Amino acid sequence: MTELTDEQIALKDTARRFTERHIIPNLEEWEETGRLPRELHRVAAAQGLLGVGHSEEVGGEGGTLLDACAMQEGFMEAGASGGLMASLFTHGIAVPHMIAHGSPHLIDTYVRPTLAGELIGSLAVTEPGGGSDVAGITTRAQRDGEDYIINGSKTFITSGVRADYVTTAVRTGGTGHSGISMIVVDSNTPGFSVTRELRKMGWHASDTAELSYVDARVPAQNLIGELGQGFYYIAEQFVVERIFLALMGYGHAARALSLAAQYCKDRITFGKPLVANQVVRSKLVEMHRQVEVARTYTLEVARRHVAGDNVIAEACLAKQTAVATAVDVTNEAVQLFGGAGYMHGTEVERHYRDARLLPIGGGATEVLTDLAARLLGYS
Amino acid sequence: MNVVVCVKQIPDPADPGALDPNTKTLKRDGKLILDESDSYGVEMALQLVDAAGSGEVTLVSMAPNGEVSGLRTALAMGAAKAVLVSDDALAGSDALGTSKVLAKAIARAGEADLILTATESSDGYTGTVPEQIAELLQLPSVTFAKEIAVDGSTLKVQRQTEAGYDEVECPLPAVVSVTAGVVEPRYPSFKGIMAAKSKPVDQVTIADLGIDAASVGWAGAGQEIVEIAQAEAREAGTIIEDDGEAFAQVVKFLDDLKVV
Repeated sequence: MTELTDEQIALKDTARRFTERHIIPNLEEWEETGRLPRELHRVAAAQGLLGVGHSEEVGGEGGTLLDACAMQEGFMEAGASGGLMASLFTHGIAVPHMIAHGSPHLIDTYVRPTLAGELIGSLAVTEPGGGSDVAGITTRAQRDGEDYIINGSKTFITSGVRADYVTTAVRTGGTGHSGISMIVVDSNTPGFSVTRELRKMGWHASDTAELSYVDARVPAQNLIGELGQGFYYIAEQFVVERIFLALMGYGHAARALSLAAQYCKDRITFGKPLVANQVVRSKLVEMHRQVEVARTYTLEVARRHVAGDNVIAEACLAKQTAVATAVDVTNEAVQLFGGAGYMHGTEVERHYRDARLLPIGGGATEVLTDLAARLLGYS
Repeated sequence: MNVVVCVKQIPDPADPGALDPNTKTLKRDGKLILDESDSYGVEMALQLVDAAGSGEVTLVSMAPNGEVSGLRTALAMGAAKAVLVSDDALAGSDALGTSKVLAKAIARAGEADLILTATESSDGYTGTVPEQIAELLQLPSVTFAKEIAVDGSTLKVQRQTEAGYDEVECPLPAVVSVTAGVVEPRYPSFKGIMAAKSKPVDQVTIADLGIDAASVGWAGAGQEIVEIAQAEAREAGTIIEDDGEAFAQVVKFLDDLKVV
């Protein structure tokens, strides 16, 4: 059963109205300037939106992944951009390792202020030398007394320019999975710097950084959980991250479909609305079908995850399904808008650009397909 | 300070359904939502209780089939409890019948320092219920409030007028209708939404309120809907292409309307 509960529908409505009031009037400006104001994090937190899906013990609002899914649907339905979602909800990938394995010190210092909208966190795993190959990271943390000294670099780090701290994957041991740990690095640490603010095809409202760590000295108490467990901590969170990216995928698609359908009813060509043409109706209904399949499958995988099932393979497949839907449907929406759809500033054009990131970010489709193949026994 | 807010649960204006051809009234058998025009009164009540530092907001509503969806929205905003009157005998109630029921329900809600309503509902638009409730409860009636302050046992209201506003004072308790748009209704938070699930809704029938079935519903309605007709479609406006002289046409247009 993937229908939302009455409470989830109410939460979705709150998210939709919040987006319409606080985001949409400013979104074009944020897309232009390439970053969100800190105040938006505070306002969203005051409304309780940053804490949904995180327990009250760590400063969250409570609720499950399914509640967070309903909320995210509300944002996307109201026309939020991919960059907005990635940037406002970066804590969704920055704090879960701390919540699951971190000390009370880390919870109080980083998690609570982040869920209160006072701090901005980001997650740094990817390095210039390798994207989805998490086990191959080379950024090294060397123990020195009560500190770790970190050297290395990270790239494609969402919210990395604005971040107050970066949850960083580092190598503390030998090669491979077991040599990786997670540590929290304050962005004002000497030796830590943002070396470049990266410009992207889409996700314009999200700042993306290249980070450098040169003899960055970080207290050992900032280590998350146990030494050498970092890879597993990261992998634990992948299911949720992939489900959120799948949600973003069908969210883009559903919004683009809605905009295209209205346009096709309003746009008169050759003396009749576009939608009076069978070929147009066929496109719209095919887009609708893809959105329905992606949404149903994604929410079902989310439901099974909340129920405690192992859905690592299914989360890969849900992401693949939904991001392929996002790419296809936004492409068709631009096509239906014709020349207007190719114009910068048209909302469907933005969804088209934003959607293109999804088969790459959070695990490339090719990597996830291979992972699913192994997990499902096709090897 | 205890505030009672009368709220109506109406068919979603985004999906308004249809009129019943026999009764000539709006079909209300589906899911209902909180009338947006009532959300301003709820917000104002919550602010007044916050400012007073004690007390609570109680909702009063009348709806068919025990419908509570709209009430849950207002409870999620922060109201403490609700009284819902739901009774088959209420079908067809006119404005006065509705006022009789709401007045009794308000009395059941407990001691109230203030009763707030919208100026009119978004699906009925009679705009007479607030004044009728005041009369039935023998309380002062103040209408079209844009700002409300409480000073001891005195109510100070800025009453919206076409030219600006009047300053009105009256003793508490009183019945005040709140103009739409004068405050920014809060959105229910997730915690509020979850808490609303367990807030008490006292569902009662007209018998519980001591109301004679003959005085409400179709039986008691003094008002009859004799005909319903499609509203005339709005005429298309005039589009002026600006060739650098458009301002002159705009000025002429306004001049013809005698507004400049």
